[in-house]
Amino acid sequence: MKTIAHYLLLCAIAVVCVFPFWWTLVTALSTEGNIFAFPPTFWPKEPSFDNFIEVFNAIPIWSFFRNSVLIAACTVFWKLALCSAAAYPLARMHFKGRKLVFGLILATLVLPSEVNFLVNFITVTKLSLVDTYTGVILPNVVTAVAILLLKQAFEEVPQDLIDAARVDGASEWTIFSKIMLPLIAPWLATVGILTAVEAWNEYIWPSIVMSKPDEFPLSVGVLYLRGTFGSSTRVIAAGTVLTILPTLAAFLFTQRFFMRGMDGAVK
Amino acid sequence: MRNPMRNLAAWLFLAPALALLAVFSFWPVAFGSLLAFTDYSLIRETHWVGLDNFRYIFDNEMFVTGLKNSLLFLLMVPFVQIGALSLAVLVNNQLPGIRYFRAAFYVPVVTTVSVVGIMWGFMFHEQGALNYVLMTLNLVGAPVGWLSNDNLALFAIMFVTLWRGLGWYMVMYLAALQAVPADMQEAALLDGANRWQRFWKITVPMLRPTIMICTVLSVLAALKAYQEVDVLTQGGPMNSTFTGLYYAYDQGLKHLKLPRALAASFVMSIFCIGIALLCLRYIKPKHR
Repeated sequence: MKTIAHYLLLCAIAVVCVFPFWWTLVTALSTEGNIFAFPPTFWPKEPSFDNFIEVFNAIPIWSFFRNSVLIAACTVFWKLALCSAAAYPLARMHFKGRKLVFGLILATLVLPSEVNFLVNFITVTKLSLVDTYTGVILPNVVTAVAILLLKQAFEEVPQDLIDAARVDGASEWTIFSKIMLPLIAPWLATVGILTAVEAWNEYIWPSIVMSKPDEFPLSVGVLYLRGTFGSSTRVIAAGTVLTILPTLAAFLFTQRFFMRGMDGAVK
Repeated sequence: MRNPMRNLAAWLFLAPALALLAVFSFWPVAFGSLLAFTDYSLIRETHWVGLDNFRYIFDNEMFVTGLKNSLLFLLMVPFVQIGALSLAVLVNNQLPGIRYFRAAFYVPVVTTVSVVGIMWGFMFHEQGALNYVLMTLNLVGAPVGWLSNDNLALFAIMFVTLWRGLGWYMVMYLAALQAVPADMQEAALLDGANRWQRFWKITVPMLRPTIMICTVLSVLAALKAYQEVDVLTQGGPMNSTFTGLYYAYDQGLKHLKLPRALAASFVMSIFCIGIALLCLRYIKPKHR
């Protein structure tokens, strides 16, 4: 009895979480009638992919898709490289100024860095990086959260391994690249997947840096769809479904990495 | 074990990351704060104008509303935190299929905000699903203009931020719950403590550090909310849904009034720092 009540409660909350996705999908799959009518359609009567085909005809969605993949892949690569390099000495080396550096990194969490783009746009302009993917990627490469998670990971590696390598005369670089990085591979995967989703979802900064519609990532391009097809709600819904499909798939298949990422943040 | 070589190595490891942080995280704060006191624009010479921008924004209805709304957003914090902790308790078990529920609760977190805006735009439409459900349940008599009524729109946006945020904090709490040693629970059970007592006397004290971190993060997130405003109402109707940072975004990006935008973001920074310090002071862990 208790279990049934438990499931009912879980189902009720799950409906609130998932319903907007479901309704958007139903809207995208139906072709007939007005979506804003009482009673609304909660089940596609004659599902068809016409709206999706319309999206492919209306906007260069393959280019958007390719741009998103490119941005996400480069952000992940550089974030893992630079943030793990920064996290390693913070976790395992004693050097002057460690506390200060760590404090500065933490401070970026408090300030409203969400509007840093106002000045960053000036910087990117001065560096002649407007309309380049480098300009889109660079400001997102180093984040406090990634450094904190990877620092946590490095701290869990037993000290004996490092001492043994030092006795053998290994350089700091060898210890880092040959011993430490492979040991924290699961954590790199976690940070990588979180970063990929974040980069895929980012929409304000890329819309500022990139001016040519062909070079937009999907997150920006889908809003462009709203601009050109103000009336065709069903096509917008289809574009929306296409935009979130990759992140949803990535999330569902790698759920455990998301859960572990949070696990580390708590400690 | 401090030697000069290792000192150098440490800084070499840190250098690339620190360089990028300096350019894209610290420079915007420093240079931005400075520009807030000038009349900077791309086409003219820059002059020092003292507090003019601040005077302007505090006389401006949109910013003052925005500041009030940002503080109003703080009302969300208890809902998000209590909701997320309750959700975490609900899914912290091995019932069959529980991982699908966890996934369902987390899905809104991994959805891009532009898509969230489009989806909830559908939901909140006067002829949309939300009104239909509420009318069927006889909770409202006529369709409600969730995003077109200036008394309701802000709360509609706050609800969307709650919807987007719950899953994230739930996972934080779930991880913390799973770290509570099982033998402590068992010992209390043997001593005859009921479920409720065990929750309040064992689980909550063990969770204190997590509750503290999540509350601070949630307070900061509430103060900094603006993306949902952009994708749902763009500040309307009648400027009723401006937030402090949305004003900065709107002035800086849409009206190209950079100094005003930076003055607004400067004020918000002060609020964030002040409130973060207050939180850290008052919700320090009791133990340790």
